[in-house]
Amino acid sequence: MIDGNPAFVRGELLPAREPPAGEKGLLKLCRENFFRDWLSALLTVASLIAVLLIVHSLSPWLFNAVWNARSLNECREILNGAEGACFAVIRDRWAQLLFGFYPPTQYWRPVLAFGLMLAALAPILFPSVPRRFLLFSTVFPGLGYWLIWGGSLWLPLTAYIGLAVGGIAMRLTARLGGGIAAGLAFISALTWWLVASGPVTTALAQLLPLALATVTSREMGGFLLSIVIGVTGISLSLPLGIVLALGRRSTMPLVMMLSVVFIEFIRGVPLITLLFTASLLLNSFLPPGTNFDLILRVIIMVTLFATAYMAEVIRGGLAALPQGQHEAAEALGLDYWKAQRLVIMPQALKISIPGIVNSFIGLFKDTTLVVFIGLLDPIALSNSIRATTDWQGIYWELFIFIGGLFFLLCFGMSRYSMHLERRLKTDHR
Amino acid sequence: MAHVITLPTAEPHQTFRLSMLLNDSRYRSCTIQVFVLMCLMLGIAWLVDNTIRNLALLGKDFSFSFLWSTAGYDINQRLIEYDTQMTHGRAAIVGLLNTVVLAVLSCAWATIIGVTAGVLRLSSNPIVARLMTVYVELFRNIPLLLWILVFGAIMSEAVPAPSAFRGDNATASMIFGAVAITNRGVFIPEPLFARNLGTLDLGIAQPSLNIVFLLMVVLACVFANRAVHNHADRVQSQTGIRPVTWWKSAIILTAPLLLLLWAFGFHLGYPELRGFNFQGGLQLRNALIAMWLGLSIYTGAFIAENVRAGILAISKGQTEAAHALGLGPAKTMRLVILPQALRVIVPPLISQYLNITKNTSLGLAVGYMDLRSTLGGITINQTGRELEGMLLIMLIYLSLSLIISGSMNVYNARHRAEGALI
Amino acid sequence: MKKTTFLSVLGAVALLSSAAMAGTLEEVKARGQLNCGVSSGTAGFSAPDAKGVWQGFDVAFCRAVAAAVLGDPMKVEFVPTTGQTRFTALASGEIDLLSRATTWTFSRDTDLKLTFAGTNFYDGQAFMVKKALGVTSAKKLNGATVCIQSGTTTELNLAEYFRSNKMSYEPVPVDSSAEGERQYQAGACDVYTSDGSNLASVRASFKNPEDHLILPEIISKEPLGPVVRQGNEQWADIVHWTLNALLEAEELGVTKSNVDQLAAGSDNPETNRLLGKEDDLGKMLGLDAEWAKRAIAASGNYGEIFADNLGGNTPIRIERGLNALWTKGGLMYAQPFR
Repeated sequence: MIDGNPAFVRGELLPAREPPAGEKGLLKLCRENFFRDWLSALLTVASLIAVLLIVHSLSPWLFNAVWNARSLNECREILNGAEGACFAVIRDRWAQLLFGFYPPTQYWRPVLAFGLMLAALAPILFPSVPRRFLLFSTVFPGLGYWLIWGGSLWLPLTAYIGLAVGGIAMRLTARLGGGIAAGLAFISALTWWLVASGPVTTALAQLLPLALATVTSREMGGFLLSIVIGVTGISLSLPLGIVLALGRRSTMPLVMMLSVVFIEFIRGVPLITLLFTASLLLNSFLPPGTNFDLILRVIIMVTLFATAYMAEVIRGGLAALPQGQHEAAEALGLDYWKAQRLVIMPQALKISIPGIVNSFIGLFKDTTLVVFIGLLDPIALSNSIRATTDWQGIYWELFIFIGGLFFLLCFGMSRYSMHLERRLKTDHR
Repeated sequence: MAHVITLPTAEPHQTFRLSMLLNDSRYRSCTIQVFVLMCLMLGIAWLVDNTIRNLALLGKDFSFSFLWSTAGYDINQRLIEYDTQMTHGRAAIVGLLNTVVLAVLSCAWATIIGVTAGVLRLSSNPIVARLMTVYVELFRNIPLLLWILVFGAIMSEAVPAPSAFRGDNATASMIFGAVAITNRGVFIPEPLFARNLGTLDLGIAQPSLNIVFLLMVVLACVFANRAVHNHADRVQSQTGIRPVTWWKSAIILTAPLLLLLWAFGFHLGYPELRGFNFQGGLQLRNALIAMWLGLSIYTGAFIAENVRAGILAISKGQTEAAHALGLGPAKTMRLVILPQALRVIVPPLISQYLNITKNTSLGLAVGYMDLRSTLGGITINQTGRELEGMLLIMLIYLSLSLIISGSMNVYNARHRAEGALI
Repeated sequence: MKKTTFLSVLGAVALLSSAAMAGTLEEVKARGQLNCGVSSGTAGFSAPDAKGVWQGFDVAFCRAVAAAVLGDPMKVEFVPTTGQTRFTALASGEIDLLSRATTWTFSRDTDLKLTFAGTNFYDGQAFMVKKALGVTSAKKLNGATVCIQSGTTTELNLAEYFRSNKMSYEPVPVDSSAEGERQYQAGACDVYTSDGSNLASVRASFKNPEDHLILPEIISKEPLGPVVRQGNEQWADIVHWTLNALLEAEELGVTKSNVDQLAAGSDNPETNRLLGKEDDLGKMLGLDAEWAKRAIAASGNYGEIFADNLGGNTPIRIERGLNALWTKGGLMYAQPFR
């Protein structure tokens, strides 16, 4: 033991010295983050140079932009030889790029339908919204259809009555067994739609004409068309995808084989060939003389396309469920459909929502391919705008606008899907 | 259905009643399948009947004879001999080869770009990581078609025309006197042989015998090299000391090849400006480059996300263990993290490769003469054979897709098996 | 938007499958609307303006037919088609009339089962080059890079022209006229080839049109005209005679502004017959007596339509040339109304 301080041990604490110049403040931050080693340094410098180059080459073009002109030549006169963008074309044609040829006085209808769609999606996407709003979500498809296409309100209403008829038939015949009841329900609903709904609609429309001006699908274009095709395709593909996913997991070899063949076929060919089929061939597969709207044909093919991808997403969700859930449902004495409806699907679908959102983003972006079959999506409209004498020769401005809008919509959705994935992860812990 | 539990019944020799077809779970699945089969047959019969009647109404028949008639149109990028006097079938093959070339090039680059961006996104350097995030988000959220058009426009607007290379005060010049980047495409030196052995007649293609020999020699070298390595492995597992192989490998892989090249009189043909355009050399046309860039950069963004997810799936303990062994960050990534992450990355990578292959069909937008632009575009348009043409195209794309997913599945299964052994 | 869509599809299928069997005229009348296939954008021929109203030479012809048949030039549904989808759209009954600068060729008329209802524009394939290139004849284009719209007859003409003149070339296929124009301007090709009228309109839109030269060689005949389905003579007649009425009107000096006045009666028996004052020609077509009057009133006679969309009143400024009336040295010649 040593008592007291030996002479060579300092008695008091020295004040802390200043850290070396490279180890503090901004310099340290820079060194640790940007110049940790030679690779990092190289990348930093390269990135900075790239960003500077892009900004340098684009900024005069953007800063000189002309927003007020009636034609490209006027833009050129205003710029007077200087380099600059001519965003006047957006100012002139933004409504067309958004709505296509939808009657301008009726623009409120798609806007309202879009807003209502967000409201209808809220209870599905955000669990904090009360469940009773789900009722509105089921009403929305008919309402949205009526708002966008117009016509008599009674048409979607009688269609819903058909669903109700089917439901009642199912209730009444439930004791005959699930399969028969479902079949009878389907047949009765179909009978209602094919036989009764027409006269009923006409009669009701005469009694109380609740109608909006009809807008044909031809008049739709631009982002409205993309959204209509995308949303209809994805929402129709959801029930079909569920059936197909169940079919692929079925124990019946024929059903499974058919589902696999369908899914692999659709996933194996490019969407563009399916679109060409819609445009060139679909009519020859139907009874001679059949002819209906190209947009509906495209929606049918897009739905088939989305169904295959949806089936795979839902199959992923089903596979992620522990086997115990199936067994527990069976132990409770639930039959196959009841087990699916009450136990399996609610959980599997919840897990699949991020995948569904992602496949919607993909589908929404892919709607631009309809330009190849002559539908006026935003890209096709940019071609049409360039074909007018006023705007012949304009290019980047339209692409920037279209790309920017696509980016906003898709980015928003992908953020939501990421948020959801994170939330689902915590749920499982 | 099968999920309903059936208890052993008290009377095993129950007589068969018709209602059991629906109520007995043993027979019900059969009933359903027979019903589905009948519906399917009826559906197909209905579609075929409609098609036949429609074709009759239009006065058309169903025949593929148009494939043997003269095409009459030109294809700029052709890997096999083709001119306007050849058949539509030949044109379709030229288009198919173009599709395959584009798909292979794009897959390779998309993988490189994707892996790099995915790794860099996790970099500790915030500038680089942010920049990569911007890249990924920008490309993932804007339609591919728009990107292809943008790259097409960049290639024709921002790059000098061949005329800029002309004259004494040319505004553009070739890189190392060998590569010319013009808005008609990139011209690179082409491999030429002074002594030619002639061509091999394969019916649809006539590859040069020189190339065939070279390929065979390369293959033989690779096999020989593998044999050397296998031998080294055996020695190592028996004695614990690995014989030095690098110089053997170097000789085996290079010497025969160089010798053969020298024997063939190998030299490079440089592009030079003659007439309207560069002549000689290999021309990578604008359409190819725009599609290539568009597909690989767009898909690279998706692959980057897959790679990032794969890396994040590896537990942090692995990184720490690697650091504890004294490996630097780059080596940790290369030797420890990536090989493990690969198992998570490969399955989504397959579907990205499939996407690339299918998306080559957008070539029409920039005038790339792929299968869809030749057989599915001009041929159908000229002959009016939509049904046959579209059927053929779908079948070809389907087989391409199946080949890719099949071969990748084989790779996957092997990879899994190796992983399981460790 | 879910089941209701399918419901209306089913309804539409049921409805249309019966209608399509009847003649096109009855179908159009029953629908109250003419479905007219046009290009989704070709300067001067068809493009939607800022209000979404279609304008152009091909569009004006559709309006004239709609006016003759339905009495209202605005009762037209314009169906944008691409080079590839146009014939199928017509064959499948999606459109009643294709007015999309379509060249009348043998194989299209016979093999593709189309009926051409006349020629409303005589065109020919030409080449445009930059003056700086120093080329003055198409014969000197050996080795040139040529931009060309794919899916058109120009593609075949080009291949044949270069082959027969023993020259080589490098084709750069483009998707649309706008795209071809951009590539050409950027110098991605030395030559842009298309119908002469199209080249003229493209050239007119350039910053400095005088820097570009349309070469004198016309390498093909491109008679462009409206197309209908084969096997429906009455409808083909209506389209054909609407076109003739527009030509005859120009010859007789009937214009958009004086058509009402002349329809009340004039000294010229030919005018009277055309406008339905003498002899009920419309009845023979299955229309009423004033069909031609309405067709002319829609966007004027042939000369007016030409001037308003392609000629002097526009930046395109195409000369009448072959498309002048036969009385003025052109090829436009209406069969007599008698």
